Amino acid sequence: MSYRRAILAAPLALLLAPPARATPEAMREAMRAVLGTAAPRPGGIALDVPPLVDNGNAVPLEVIVDSPMTDAAHVRAIHVFNEKNPQPLVFHAWLGPASGRARVATRIKLGDSQRVAAIAAMSDGTFRIAEADVIVTLAACFEELT
Amino acid sequence: MANVLVSAPKQARAGEIVEIRTLASHPMETGFRAGTNGTLIPRDIVREFSCSYGGVTVFRMELSPAIAANPYIAFHLRARETGPIVLRWTGDNGFSVEETVTLQVA
Amino acid sequence: MRRIAALLAAVFVASLALAQTPPADPRRSGYADMAPAVRAMQDDDAANPAMLWVAEGRALWSKPEGTAGAACATCHGVAERSMTGVAARYPAWAPAAGAPATLERRVGLCRELHQGRPADAPGEARARLALLAYVALQSRGLPISPPADRRLDDARAAGEALFERRLGQLNLACAHCHSDNDGRRLAGAAIPQAHPTAYPLYRLEWQDLGSLQRRLRNCVVGIRAEPWPADDPHWVALELHLTHRARGMTLEAPGVRP
Repeated sequence: MSYRRAILAAPLALLLAPPARATPEAMREAMRAVLGTAAPRPGGIALDVPPLVDNGNAVPLEVIVDSPMTDAAHVRAIHVFNEKNPQPLVFHAWLGPASGRARVATRIKLGDSQRVAAIAAMSDGTFRIAEADVIVTLAACFEELT
Repeated sequence: MANVLVSAPKQARAGEIVEIRTLASHPMETGFRAGTNGTLIPRDIVREFSCSYGGVTVFRMELSPAIAANPYIAFHLRARETGPIVLRWTGDNGFSVEETVTLQVA
Repeated sequence: MRRIAALLAAVFVASLALAQTPPADPRRSGYADMAPAVRAMQDDDAANPAMLWVAEGRALWSKPEGTAGAACATCHGVAERSMTGVAARYPAWAPAAGAPATLERRVGLCRELHQGRPADAPGEARARLALLAYVALQSRGLPISPPADRRLDDARAAGEALFERRLGQLNLACAHCHSDNDGRRLAGAAIPQAHPTAYPLYRLEWQDLGSLQRRLRNCVVGIRAEPWPADDPHWVALELHLTHRARGMTLEAPGVRP
C-alpha cells in the first residue's frame, strides 16, 4: 500500500474498527479458554432457548446435561457463550454431585439474532456442547431514554 | 426491603432432588449503554451467585452483563440433611444480599 | 339418500348450536398474542419478576410511615381481604382530589393525606409502584369492573374522544393502531387491542415494572406527540375509557409483556 493510500485508509480503519464486541471468533476464543485443547462433543446436553423472541432483554435459557451426578460421574461446570453481544461470556456455573441434577436455568440478554453455545465440563475431563440460534425481533414502539 | 425472592420446598426426603429458584432485584446495567448525554452508563451487575447447603458451597455462578435485569437463577440440590440453604448475591458497587431458607429433610 | 338426510340433519343441528351460543368475545388480552416463553414468565409467580415489587409492596403495607406514623394496614387491615377487587374498579372518583384518579394516584393520595408523607416524585416512585403491584395482585382473576359512577362520565367520554383523536407528528390516533390494525404486526411486534388487563406489569423492554400511564406515555411519545405531565387528567380520561372498553375481561395483574 502506498503512503497516500495508507493515509486515506487510516480514518476509514478507525470508522470500521469494531467497538468492543463479541464475534464468532471471540466466542470460539472464549470457549477455548474453557476447553483447552479438548474437542467438545455434541449429545447428552440440551440447550433450551426459544428460537424466536419478541424481546432480547430477557430470553429464558436452560441447560440440561445427561448425568447421574454421582461422585464418580458428574458435571463439574456449565459455560454459556454468545457470538454477538458486547462480550462472548454469558455465565459460568459450577456444580457437582450435591446438585443431584445437572440443570441450570436463567434469563439472558441478546443484543441481536445470534448463536448461543453451552459447554458442559464432565468429571472425566471430556466436554459436551450444544448450540442454538435465536432470532430476536425488533419492536416498533419503545420507550425513549428520558 | 425484600429484594430477593427464593422459592424452594420446605421439606424433602433424604436423597430427593429439589429445585431452588431465585429472583433478585437488580438493574444488571451492562456498562455498554449510553445515557441521554451520550456517555456510557457505568456497569452495575451482580457478578457472583452462590449457594451453600449445610456449610458447603454446592452451586456457584459467575454472571456477565449478558444476564437479564432482575436475574432469575434456578438450579437443583440433592436433599441430604436438615439444614440452612444460604444464597448469596454479590456484585458491583458493594452489592451484597444474603437469604437463608431451611430445608427439613425426613 | 339416507346419507344426505343425515348430513342435512347434522348441518341443522350445527347451525342451531351456532345460533344458541352467544358470539365469542372478539376482545383479546395482549397475553393471548405473547410467545410461550413470555406467557410462562407471567404464569409462574416464582419466575415473574413483578413479584419482586409485590414483595416490596407487602412489606410496605404494614410499615408505619410519615408524620402520622400510620401504615396502610392501620386503616385498611389485611390487604388480602380489604383490597380484593379494588384494582378491578379503578380509575374511580377520589373525593380528596375532587376528580377521577388512577389507582396509583389514589395510593399516592393515601400516602400524602393519611400517612403525612411528602408527595411521591412524579412518575415512577418505586414504593408507590410496589404498593400498586401488591394491591393489584388482590384482584388477580377478577373481571375488570368500572364503577357506574356519574361523576366519571365526563372524563370517560373525554377519554373515548381522545382515543379517536389524531395526535403528534405522525398524526395518529390510538384507534388507528389498536382498533383498526390490531392483530397485525408493526415491525416484529404484534399490535394488541390495548386492553389494560395486566397493569402494573413487568415489561421486558423496560426491564422494569411500570404502570398503564407509563405505557400510554410510551405510545404518545411513539406517535411523536408531547406527553402530558404525570397524573394529568388526559391520562386518567384515557384509562377510564380503556377500562370501560375492557370491562368484564379478566385482570391478570401483575403481568409480563415483551
